[in-house]
Amino acid sequence: MNVTVRYFASIREVLGSGEQIEVPAETTLSRLRDQLIERSAKHAVVLARGRALRCALNQTLSDESAVVSEGAEVAYFPPVTGG
Amino acid sequence: MTQPRVSVQTDDFDLSAEVAALRAGDAGVGAVAAFVGTVRDRNDGSGVSSMELEHYPGMTEKAIESMIDEAQQRFDIRAVRVIHRVGVLRPQDQIVLVAVTSSHRGQAFQACEFLMDYLKTQAPFWKKEHTPEGARWVDARSADDAAAQRWGIASRNTAD
Repeated sequence: MNVTVRYFASIREVLGSGEQIEVPAETTLSRLRDQLIERSAKHAVVLARGRALRCALNQTLSDESAVVSEGAEVAYFPPVTGG
Repeated sequence: MTQPRVSVQTDDFDLSAEVAALRAGDAGVGAVAAFVGTVRDRNDGSGVSSMELEHYPGMTEKAIESMIDEAQQRFDIRAVRVIHRVGVLRPQDQIVLVAVTSSHRGQAFQACEFLMDYLKTQAPFWKKEHTPEGARWVDARSADDAAAQRWGIASRNTAD
């Protein structure tokens, strides 16, 4: 199934504003991140484990155990710095 | 016409006009607390000539709407207005407004601080500063997570 991935701030500067990715059913955000990391050396750097990275599923902050469904919008971004 | 609770905009805002609109027609209001955040000319030891604010259209507004819902549950308040600017800003420019009305001052002060602590750690905005040493993304502060956690918000913005 198809998932839309979006990137913001420092992640967007490296990977662009987003991409579509095909994932198996019952994919968790953690598994999705692994799959993205395999896409390129750049992905591997900015999405690496151990980096402070926040994730939103359908525009709500989520932890990596969440499961994505067909047509989901997933976003990766650094810690937020508004206000 | 009722004004929106949340605006994310490039335009500046007028504190007096926003507060006047927020309490218009509500004679039960006895207190207004408002916080305005502005751009400093220095950060982390460098001069800041300008900054760019990026957001996540759609999610940012939703996050702020839900934090206002949460404030309405927690505090005895009457009305809330939040404005956050995006785009290019310069030192002394206004960035953010949080204004709260209530019957008495205690709840207005508390709700205003709660909303700012929540916004700093949960709303998707990112600042990029321009300094003499070049452009850099602003680092999130763990002190902001600590401030949010005081309210029982499970904030882990800066966690690995």
